[in-house]
Amino acid sequence: MDRTNKKRYSSYTKTQIIDLVADIFIYFTVGLLALLCVLPFVHVLAKSLSSDAKVTSQLVYLIPKDFNLKAYRSVIGDPSMILSLWQTVKVTVIFTALGMFLTICAAYPLTRKRLKGRNIISVLFIITLYFSGGIIPDYLLMHRLGLLNKTASLILPLAFSAYNMIIMRTSIQTTVPDSLEESALLDGASDIRILVQIVLPLCKPILATLCLFYAVGRWNAYQDSVFYITRQPLYLLQHKLNLLIQTTNTTLTASEAQPDTVTNPEVVKSACIIFATLPIVIVYPFVQKYFVKGVMIGAVKG
Amino acid sequence: MKTETIVHKTVKPKSSHSKRGFMYYVKRDWQLYLLLVFPVAMVIVFKYFPMAGLIIAFKDYKILKGFMGSEWVGFKNFAEVFSNKDFYRALRNTLTLNGLDLLLGFPMPIILAIMLNEIKSLWYKKVNQTLLYLPHFLSWVIIAGVAYQLFQPRTGLVNILLRNMGFNEVPFLTENTHWIFSYVFIGIWQSMGWGTIIYLAAITGINPELYDSATIDGAGRWGKIRYITIPSIRSTITIILIINLGRIMGSSFERAQSLGNPIVKEVSSVIATYVYSAGIQAQKYSLTTAVGLFQSVVGLILVLISDWISKKIGDEGLL
Repeated sequence: MDRTNKKRYSSYTKTQIIDLVADIFIYFTVGLLALLCVLPFVHVLAKSLSSDAKVTSQLVYLIPKDFNLKAYRSVIGDPSMILSLWQTVKVTVIFTALGMFLTICAAYPLTRKRLKGRNIISVLFIITLYFSGGIIPDYLLMHRLGLLNKTASLILPLAFSAYNMIIMRTSIQTTVPDSLEESALLDGASDIRILVQIVLPLCKPILATLCLFYAVGRWNAYQDSVFYITRQPLYLLQHKLNLLIQTTNTTLTASEAQPDTVTNPEVVKSACIIFATLPIVIVYPFVQKYFVKGVMIGAVKG
Repeated sequence: MKTETIVHKTVKPKSSHSKRGFMYYVKRDWQLYLLLVFPVAMVIVFKYFPMAGLIIAFKDYKILKGFMGSEWVGFKNFAEVFSNKDFYRALRNTLTLNGLDLLLGFPMPIILAIMLNEIKSLWYKKVNQTLLYLPHFLSWVIIAGVAYQLFQPRTGLVNILLRNMGFNEVPFLTENTHWIFSYVFIGIWQSMGWGTIIYLAAITGINPELYDSATIDGAGRWGKIRYITIPSIRSTITIILIINLGRIMGSSFERAQSLGNPIVKEVSSVIATYVYSAGIQAQKYSLTTAVGLFQSVVGLILVLISDWISKKIGDEGLL
């Protein structure tokens, strides 16, 4: 009796030790990987806030040395940078609004089972997920429509996303009980009224999620800006940043004139990177959970 | 299923007068059709018109002559594509980079998800998830910008550290082979956290009783992972793998373009960047449309095959 008890006790501690070692390993590895995801940005941030001299002599790691905001002053002082920011904000807002409008217009009717031609229209939308004309036919269409070097070319082609439409449709089907709409219909409410007064209020969380999908997607994408836009003031911020990073001689127009400005391109580049990252990082903690939700709905369908 | 029967009941009385004309439905549901007009018009103009535009892959397209006026040349463009060295280079790079992405990048979110699941402390898990998801929300330009700040020769942080520790500099982004692996690892870094979501959801769906009975059977932590967690998420793993296989012909213009530089052009040119430089920049519209069509068709075939396989497996998984 005594012996078995002892044995059990000792084996318990052994598994406990193994568990503890495993825990330490797992906590450490995950923590390390997570740190690897932020430390690069901390480094770039530190560089952007340091003096030229310290960066040039390679003394800046994770903490700014000779803290100053000169680099940011030259970024903000560059009119083309501000124009690109304004262009990006404008495009993102209009794009998101239009995208949401189109998504709702497509998703709601497709949840109505009585609607004739529902399947054909669904297929029409879904095909666009798997097949497209591609870069050149898209470009030639923009050319044909006279949209090259027009802000509209950054808004219209991508405004409707079949993927988001599917998420919206799935979400309406699961959150709005059919009985609710049926009774509203019997009360004489029209389809659009049901949509606006019953369906949309019930779908607020998913509407928020899709808004973020559209907004963050648009904010980050710049491929179309590279393809369609060749005139400076219309460049999206990411496109502008891309040109800046690709060229070794980073000359911000404003920084050339004044004597007391940043000359190390590394510092200016760092400031530009942080400048373009900041809006996302600010909203990120609040939007992350909505994104996770959206991915889940999208995945359930696929 | 349930909702369908309810709808049938309410609809039946209306449609019981045998067959109605199409106009009857338009009249009844005109508001729904009105809503649909907007997205349908957008899709037709901005998605289907370009598909029709693919016809110029079979023509010698001249901007002045237009889509209809340009001369029909059959498969001449394709012949030219397949004898073009730049095209083969782009194709080879696309397949190499995507293949390595899949080989090295695919297991990472699975391992990470299992590790995250083992973390009992909720706040620690949350904080780490938030940090791990972050790179997914940033554009490729920003990621490339940061990557160059870290891995550049001379001024990059990692190379500074290597030098300070007495090692030689590593040309992470300025030598072909190094660049390929940098490209792949930056991609893994960017997507590993976000990729865990789907696996974590699958793990959450596992019946906790399975773990309880495994504990009674004397299974340790590793035993539970090996005999319960992994088998339980195997169908998710398979489906994600198949979906990724279907995308092996795709190429991200933004990723390749922003991470690439002239020194590593030989390995960084993918189909999308090739189409951009030969098509939009050098204006060989028909040639590059043929390239795009080839990529789209092969991509579509791969997606259809993978969809078919995943449905097959999905059925088996349910049984």
